[in-house]
Amino acid sequence: MSQIKSVTGRGIPLVGNDIDTDRIIPARFLRCVTFDGLGAQVFADDRAQTQGQHAFDQPQYQGATLLVVNRNFGCGSSREHAPQAIAKWGIRAIVGESFAEIFLGNCVAIGMPCVTADSASLQQLQDWLAENPRNSATLDLAAMQVNFGNHSISVCMGEGPRNMFLSGTWDACGQLVAQADQVQKMAVKLPYVSWSRAVH
Amino acid sequence: MSQGTLFDKVWDLHTVGTLPSGQTQLFIGLHLIHEVTSPQAFAMLRDRGLKVLLPERTVATVDHIVPTDNQARPFADDLAEEMMQAIEQNCQANSITFYNIGSGNQGVVHVIAPEQGLTQPGMTIACGDSHTSTHGAFGAIAFGIGTSQVRDVLASQTLALSKLKVRKIEVNGVLAPGVYAKDVILHIIRTLGVTGGVGYAYEFAGTTFEQMSMEERMTICNMAIEGGARCGYVNPDQVTFDYLKGRDFAPKAADWQQAVAWWQSLRSDADAVYDDLTVFDAADIPPTVTWGITPGQGIGVNQQVPTLDSLPESDRYLAEEAYQYMDLAPGQAIAGTKIDVCFIGSCTNGRISDLREAAKIAQGRHVAEGITAFVVPGSERVKQQAEAEGLDKIFAAAGFEWREAGCSMCLAMNSDKLQGRQISASSSNRNFKGRQGSSSGRTLLMSPAMVAAAAVQGAVTDVRKLL
Ligand code: SF4
Repeated sequence: MSQIKSVTGRGIPLVGNDIDTDRIIPARFLRCVTFDGLGAQVFADDRAQTQGQHAFDQPQYQGATLLVVNRNFGCGSSREHAPQAIAKWGIRAIVGESFAEIFLGNCVAIGMPCVTADSASLQQLQDWLAENPRNSATLDLAAMQVNFGNHSISVCMGEGPRNMFLSGTWDACGQLVAQADQVQKMAVKLPYVSWSRAVH
Repeated sequence: MSQGTLFDKVWDLHTVGTLPSGQTQLFIGLHLIHEVTSPQAFAMLRDRGLKVLLPERTVATVDHIVPTDNQARPFADDLAEEMMQAIEQNCQANSITFYNIGSGNQGVVHVIAPEQGLTQPGMTIACGDSHTSTHGAFGAIAFGIGTSQVRDVLASQTLALSKLKVRKIEVNGVLAPGVYAKDVILHIIRTLGVTGGVGYAYEFAGTTFEQMSMEERMTICNMAIEGGARCGYVNPDQVTFDYLKGRDFAPKAADWQQAVAWWQSLRSDADAVYDDLTVFDAADIPPTVTWGITPGQGIGVNQQVPTLDSLPESDRYLAEEAYQYMDLAPGQAIAGTKIDVCFIGSCTNGRISDLREAAKIAQGRHVAEGITAFVVPGSERVKQQAEAEGLDKIFAAAGFEWREAGCSMCLAMNSDKLQGRQISASSSNRNFKGRQGSSSGRTLLMSPAMVAAAAVQGAVTDVRKLL
């Protein structure tokens, strides 16, 4: 478990609203029992259709670690394959105008911070990245800013997830498991647990 | 901050504690798993040396990858077969109840849990599938989760979550003939938008929902997620209790009275406080069809594809993308749009009442020439019931293929796929680019009766003309 206070790297702008998880990783690639190999398949259909023009194919963005998107990114299916595919391609953090909720939760669970910014700031950042694909930008989770060139925009993130990244507790599994006794007690107390005891 | 709603009550009853991050550790009463999002979760457990804490609170089935034509094992698709074996082994090794193909209980996870009475009011439910919101129809709080969270539930029977706000969506009045639950939810989403529900749980209230059957309520809650709301629910009432009574896992004997009293007590209080309220009139809702690439891009069947200037600035970029992808022109009537494939099924509309409504339209008519139409029951039980009622014969006589239970062309992980630019009329829930198996395939969402109408006419049709 590691603290994530900032992510620095080259950025990749991906323009468009409502980019759903079926587009991030089409369903045929979910026929797998591990997440390995998903990195190569990220945005497969969008990339095939744009014939090399998709940001994830353009040479200047190869090796980028900061993804900058627009509104309602990651809507649709709950498949964690989507953030996994993005992360396996090399992305470490995402900046966007807004994210779908399940996608956001999945990103937290795998240690990939997602922050939001207003649309004017995002536009500025995306424009800058398009002009400066070789320069680095920094997402600073302590200051809640993205710094690029001489510019800086402020970004937002829920307090809960932010604390989890800063303190290195974004993988909640250990904390949850530690409460097993409490959980067992609750299971006994909830009335329906005994009504539906037939489940075994 | 909401107060006194069913959501608040259930949330509080299931709160184990507050985590250092400020999030709530929430007990999950029922965990449902399927073959697509669980294998990696079991692998994570093994990596960390963790065990399944309460295996009796998890139930598994297979739905997404199962072929709906030839189900003989091993499956023709090696990858699908590998996933089948993984879930079989994982369930066996961890003592988890598994409803396999041929058990009589297999089907789409959101169809089988309610029909067996596993889904009950006041529960918290989680499943590695976004349409878990379906179970809210019973007055449960049900969340779709990702694979790492499936791992968390397996290991701890809990989730780390932040509390949602609650929006009450009231629809009052009687739906016109030919207008179904699907039209109501498509109408709500087209009005509030696909991001309108982000951060909210949707409480569906008002006389329209009160008059709905449980299956109709499931159709509504199923698509709450398409409106951005992670969960949606209806307060439990007599309709809920009547549906549950006698089902396999429903409380029995003395437990039943106790259960009903407890369920009643969970209903949102008359003076409950909501974070937001939106009101609709049932009379304003027409049969609704999507024309674009998100479930929010919907119109009445007798309306035209919206022109750019009629849309808010923020929707125009996506509309232009949709015109191009769908090959539909702004201002064009949606009725009359030629169809290639008709799909009736999915966790939105693959239940017995859906098949009955579609069969009414199909009866005595025939699928138009050149159209492939098929019906995929939501579960083995739905299939059996439909066959007992002779619906399979009605569909077959009308030229529809009658299939085995599964998700099928809702997401096309099996061999049921659109080809090339084919356009489908579909009773499922997502019209995203490439959703139905062809990266250039197109989907129009509508009610099962409307799909049947499109099948027999060969084009998008107002089902009211065929009633
Ligand atoms: S029927 Fe469709 S939406 Fe429902 S669980 Fe299956 S794939 Fe998902």
